[in-house]
Amino acid sequence: MVQAVNKRRGRVWFLLPAFLLYTVFMVYPLLSALADSFWRWEGTARRGFAGADNFTSLFTTFPLNRQLGPAFWHTIAFFAGTMIVQNTFGLLVAVLLVELPAARRFLRTVYTVPYLIGGLVVGYLWSLLLSPTFGPLNAGLHAAGLGGLARPWLGDPATALPVVILVNAWQYLGFPVLLFGAALAGLPPEYGEAARVDGASARQRFFRVTLPLLLPAIGVVTILTFIGSMNTFELVYSLEGAQGNQPTGPGGATDVLGLIFYRVAFQEGGSNAIGVSSALAVLLFVFTFGIAVVANRIVRRREA
Amino acid sequence: MKGARFFGYLLLWAYALVALVPLVVMVLDSLRPNTDVLAHPLGLPKALDFSSYVTAWTQASFSTYVRNSVFVTVGAVALDVLVSLPAAYVLGRQRFRGSGLLIAYFLAGLMLPVRLGILPIFYLLGSIGLVDSRLGLVLVYAASGVPFSIFILSAFFRGLPDELEEAARIDGAGEFRIFARVMTPLVKPAIATVVVFRFVPLWNDFFFPLVLLRTTDRYTLPVGLTQFFGEFQTNWSALFAGLVIATVPLVVLFLAATKQIVEGLTAGMGR
Repeated sequence: MVQAVNKRRGRVWFLLPAFLLYTVFMVYPLLSALADSFWRWEGTARRGFAGADNFTSLFTTFPLNRQLGPAFWHTIAFFAGTMIVQNTFGLLVAVLLVELPAARRFLRTVYTVPYLIGGLVVGYLWSLLLSPTFGPLNAGLHAAGLGGLARPWLGDPATALPVVILVNAWQYLGFPVLLFGAALAGLPPEYGEAARVDGASARQRFFRVTLPLLLPAIGVVTILTFIGSMNTFELVYSLEGAQGNQPTGPGGATDVLGLIFYRVAFQEGGSNAIGVSSALAVLLFVFTFGIAVVANRIVRRREA
Repeated sequence: MKGARFFGYLLLWAYALVALVPLVVMVLDSLRPNTDVLAHPLGLPKALDFSSYVTAWTQASFSTYVRNSVFVTVGAVALDVLVSLPAAYVLGRQRFRGSGLLIAYFLAGLMLPVRLGILPIFYLLGSIGLVDSRLGLVLVYAASGVPFSIFILSAFFRGLPDELEEAARIDGAGEFRIFARVMTPLVKPAIATVVVFRFVPLWNDFFFPLVLLRTTDRYTLPVGLTQFFGEFQTNWSALFAGLVIATVPLVVLFLAATKQIVEGLTAGMGR
């Protein structure tokens, strides 16, 4: 009995530091942002209950009302484009890595390095490589006699978004390769063997046996890519600048929701920046979290 | 069948080239004089010229940025592990009233985008005098790591056999001693996973220092890099050198700890 009491008293001290740190610097700010979104602000002073005004002003106040819709679709395109590359090419590479063992470790390391170095460094690196004046890519095209293809990749509104998405896919491809690789390694080999004995071709074995078993992993990659796309910020900032319409920039063609949130909170929000940006934060969170939870349910149901 | 293997390897190595060539260009161009880089975008270094590293390190205060990044990242990961270990130990091994709720409370953080709380964080740090402070950054980073650390560490603590704990208790060891001397050494692999896996995103983070730091002397690498790209626009060789400086620690870490990184990335896959 005495021991049980001692144990309980000790337990609080085990839990308290983590609880306090997490509550004060993570949970409280997020709840606080939720509360702030329902008040009208002038600078840092609260000026009365705003109801849903901050939320409606996101869609009615210039320039935000013009930027939010395109930024939403750019973010969706970002997600869709990255997904397509990851779940086709990434999956193919993961399967090939399992089937072809030579230099597997080396190749996996090479694929993962771009993922590790982070969005900002990747963005700055590619902004140099793709530069219209001194960039090696255009120089290479000219040298190969394909000078007609050379263009200001990041400055041309027609190519800017697809190029940003490709750079993102370049950076992140190692991640699905690792995840799919882990999932493939966890599959019971008997299934494939049984199908082989039954005379299934390699193609049939992949589409009828392996792919269905990989659906949970594909689901996880999809959810994580979705959350990542909704938070995209560094890559676009470093490739195109915070405004996305610098002298050489593509005039808003690469605005994504993460960038809009930063601009509203710290650059363009005006006197009610706290109210409006908090409202945007709440919408972003509800949308991201809602979709992630629903998707997670679907993945788990298929699993069961 | 042989043809299929050939094309498989061809594809794997072609993609390895695509992944690697931009990074190789980054390193090679950082070793060439700037005039050469700008005049011959496709050229190779004729001799190894490290002067751009000197420029970045001294003129552009990369020495300061690296020091700040090391302090902030190491400090945040250390604080994160220090507070998460005891909490994960209790949550992983003891059941009590509210323990399920507490676990859910911590793990909910895995899904919470801490960035969306940036304005309240800014004002919170302001009220305790920690805006434009590396310590403020450490606190925010450590807090944002707690859910992942507890998630990984509590799973490992849960897997340890009860007999160890019982034996230590019979030997008269107190609760804290059991935790610190008996159980914690056994979860070292999990600690390594947490350390390595938290290190990478914090080292790379740009958003929080962009908002929270004002003084150049306190900049971490990503913000320093942004300032540097503004100031040295035309010195491409130095720009590439700056990117290499920001990248090298991560590559070294990865080569030293591939296992932990792969484990961290695939954590939760086995659920």
